[in-house]
Amino acid sequence: MIWDWIPRNQPLILGALGEHVVLSALPVLIGLVLAIPLGWLANRFPAARALLIPAAGVIYTVPSLALFVLLPVILGTKILDPANVVVALAVYTLALLVRAVADALAAVPRSVILSATAMGFRPPRRFLAVELPLAVPVLVAGLRVATVSNISLVSVGALIGVGGLGRLFTDGFERNFPTEVVVGIVLSILLAALADASLIGLGRVAAPWTRVAS
Amino acid sequence: MDSGGVMNLFSWFADPAHWTGPGGIPTRVAEHLSYSGLALLIGVVIAIPVGALIGHTGRGGFLVVGLANALRALPDLGLLILLVLLIGINLVSVQLALLVLAIPPLLAGTYSGVRNVDPAVVDAARGVGMREHQVLLAVELPIALPLVLGGLRTAALQVVATTAIAAYVSYGGLGRYLIDGQREHDYTQMAAGAVLIAVLALVVEGLLASVQRLLGLRTAGNRAKLGGRSRSEFVGVRS
Repeated sequence: MIWDWIPRNQPLILGALGEHVVLSALPVLIGLVLAIPLGWLANRFPAARALLIPAAGVIYTVPSLALFVLLPVILGTKILDPANVVVALAVYTLALLVRAVADALAAVPRSVILSATAMGFRPPRRFLAVELPLAVPVLVAGLRVATVSNISLVSVGALIGVGGLGRLFTDGFERNFPTEVVVGIVLSILLAALADASLIGLGRVAAPWTRVAS
Repeated sequence: MDSGGVMNLFSWFADPAHWTGPGGIPTRVAEHLSYSGLALLIGVVIAIPVGALIGHTGRGGFLVVGLANALRALPDLGLLILLVLLIGINLVSVQLALLVLAIPPLLAGTYSGVRNVDPAVVDAARGVGMREHQVLLAVELPIALPLVLGGLRTAALQVVATTAIAAYVSYGGLGRYLIDGQREHDYTQMAAGAVLIAVLALVVEGLLASVQRLLGLRTAGNRAKLGGRSRSEFVGVRS
């Protein structure tokens, strides 16, 4: 380790870190926003479930590097476009969450739905005010997995020129400079730990009744 | 969709030159599978006995769970590059990087499989006079099989995906098409490599899923209790 490399290259490191945060957080937001309606569909209509859940499984199996490279063919983007990485990771997040949302909605007790209906909740409000909040703990669990694995996957994008902290890996390899690689790994792990802890905190605020249980 | 790109992709696969010789598809697939297979084999030999022992004794379980979670955050590419810079480009560095990915899901699958065996069954096995190693080998491990296989499935996917990255450190396998294509600005070659990697991952996943299903039929009661759990528990690890 050459420690004084770190302060001397602060702009490079912080730039890579900032890019990493955007490239891993944006897909989680997009995936979450799309997963809620699709998860609702999968839970509501058996035909949608029979289509969406296996499709999500297949997409989840495709290695990230392959998806990064194939998306330009599908989207018509340039190979170096960061959109490829964002879309690929959003698709993975969606594939993971759509199942979690569908399962969580299916697990809402029938009696709760009936009580809400009896209290005068119409289906749209019942979904937003009763069913979705009850799905929060499962949703948070899915979000944690998606976020942590996105943070680790973004760096693979460095192989196609878009990779946040991954640039420190490829740059360190080309210059035969382990310090740079170690800095990238450590920051990537710290970022994942921080994101995970924030999501746990967020989950406790959004679903206060789980505080006692966990 | 850019139809020119798709047409180029078709003609790339139709070119007989891409199907023979040291850079041909069969050779690259064989290389890819041999690196991945070796790592999985070593992973199985290490992780299954350790996971079974931890599950059987119940000691050190928190280590398994902690390790599996912590390693999920480790960036594969960074780990591989660091190992290559430290010990050079050889079988050891690449296998070590793949092993770090293969072991946690295998360990977690075996551990939770053995741990979740109904204690009444274990007591009954002891009651009919089985010794501890017989309880583990003849009762707990067979019941744990679906979860062990779940772990193997996750590990195999992870390893097959990461073997593609190994081409960056001048290793063989299907990743070569991506890295060489990138260097030669030959996007068609890169896309062909990506298709091959995706197909290989899907085939491996499909095969292991069928094995799991076949064995699951034999342990149907067990599957009803643990099957749902194995998916949600391991779906998170990917590469």
